[in-house]
Amino acid sequence: MSAIIEVDDLRRTFVVRRRRSRLRRDRHEVHAVDGVSFEIGGGEAVGYIGPNGAGKSTTVKMLTGILVPTGGRLRVAGLDPSARRTELARHIGVVFGQRTGLWWDLPLRDSYELLGRIYRVPRRTYDVNLERLVDLLDLGPLLEQPVRQLSLGQRMRGDIAAALLHDPRILYLDEPTIGLDVVSKAKLRQFLRELNAERNTTILLTTHDLVDIEQVCRRVMVIDHGRLVFDGGFEQLHREGGARRTVVVDLAAPCDPLDVPGVTVSRIDGARQWLSLPAGASAAPVVAALGRRDDLVDLSIQEPAIEDVITSLYSR
Amino acid sequence: MVDAVRGFAIIAGAWVRSALSYRTSFVIGTLVQLVITFLDFAAIIIMFGHIEAFGGFSISQIALLYAMSGFALGAADMLVGNAEALGRRIRDGSFDQMLIRPVPALAQVAADRFALRRIGRIAQSGVVLTWAISAAPIDWSVARVVVLAGAMACGAVIFCAVFVMGGAFQVFAGDAAEVANAFTYGGNTLTQYPLTIYPSELVKGVTFIVPIAFVNWYPGLFVLGMDDPFGLPGWLQFASPVAAVAFVVVAAAFWRTAIRHYRSTGS
Repeated sequence: MSAIIEVDDLRRTFVVRRRRSRLRRDRHEVHAVDGVSFEIGGGEAVGYIGPNGAGKSTTVKMLTGILVPTGGRLRVAGLDPSARRTELARHIGVVFGQRTGLWWDLPLRDSYELLGRIYRVPRRTYDVNLERLVDLLDLGPLLEQPVRQLSLGQRMRGDIAAALLHDPRILYLDEPTIGLDVVSKAKLRQFLRELNAERNTTILLTTHDLVDIEQVCRRVMVIDHGRLVFDGGFEQLHREGGARRTVVVDLAAPCDPLDVPGVTVSRIDGARQWLSLPAGASAAPVVAALGRRDDLVDLSIQEPAIEDVITSLYSR
Repeated sequence: MVDAVRGFAIIAGAWVRSALSYRTSFVIGTLVQLVITFLDFAAIIIMFGHIEAFGGFSISQIALLYAMSGFALGAADMLVGNAEALGRRIRDGSFDQMLIRPVPALAQVAADRFALRRIGRIAQSGVVLTWAISAAPIDWSVARVVVLAGAMACGAVIFCAVFVMGGAFQVFAGDAAEVANAFTYGGNTLTQYPLTIYPSELVKGVTFIVPIAFVNWYPGLFVLGMDDPFGLPGWLQFASPVAAVAFVVVAAAFWRTAIRHYRSTGS
């Protein structure tokens, strides 16, 4: 497995001018990415997580050639991204969750047609790819609609198909599940898993949702204040991070702390109890054990937020 | 370059097809453009109802200057006028999308939302030019035909470069479309009249700094067979291609610098 993305001591500094008074402005530097190094092998699926403003998007923008790095060395598919941006474009697909790469006023099909020609996708390949993507992402009924009429979830699927029409070797996804409902999220994760497994597409996924990572990626990188604070497997993140999942249980009446194997009761408030279990562990046996009780009214599972994982990474 | 032209043609083509699918709307839009630009020339006609000459030029001579400048601006506006929307594109993030496609960003910026109805201004300039050529006292020669045709092509190139620089400027200055407009549409309005009505500092500015005097003024003097009223050397009247090339080089360098300094938006 040779590296398809090589990043060595990557840096990006922004000069920010803050207004101090009507005329005077302070000039100071923000180190958005501050010496990040990693390698990603062809066919890997890697999650890239961190709090807002940690430097995730800035890294991805340097990897795609949109931003020019302030320092460090960078190779994607053997190319220097910002110097050979248009050449690199053929090898990568990019999905920005908050924006669309489609033409707002054109029907979805016309956007694809246009992209196929821009990327010089041979006609046969285009037809095969479009048919496969339309089938997998369930886009058939949407093809004749202008993009502006699509719902967020539909548009996201449309954008992912658009990013894959030219068979890129690398797919970058920036917050692809943001704002999607549970079913759409699950379908999207399933699709990405298959894309990675069957077509060996390298995936780099930035997200706020740890479940995205858990279900799509085997490896996680955590960035905070512009530096990598963790790079390893998902299980290891939870072992080292020590973040915990919480099962919130509503009972018919207040009672003593529940005794369920493998969990600890972290809080009790009347008839409601909070049970805590390690983030790597399955909640299924806990839910099964609780289900045997007659007085169970409701239960829900809270996943640890990225911020909690990072906090516990620091306090380890 | 091939990639740029090819990409431009593909994207602009899609917009033209999309515009033509609403035929009535397209026809009305084009006619409106035509009428508005004619009203623009009507102001000059009305002015000449009261005076014989303006800045030493008759109405037919001014019409020639007007048409040369109008054609150059119209062609440039149709080809790369969309560059003035770059500030908005940067803010809404769509410029990021352009930077990840295998077509030079400038070609995409220019081609996206390509508006064929802008042909209205070119058509109007064509009509005015036809009249000016027949009415103005021009001693036609091969040299004059070549200079006139060359000036219109070079003029379009010069205005294209001005549009590109205006777009690039917005990478540094946020939404500064109006600054760019001052030089494009403003430059066009300025050069519609003989430069003799302006102070000589301004004439030097549009000769040596933003060379829009080469769009119509200098080559126009040659076509009309007039001596330079400011006493500037006669070779300037043939220098439009040089001015165009030089300004394109400057604009291209400025554009590349802007892309390298692009900061994108948050998230």
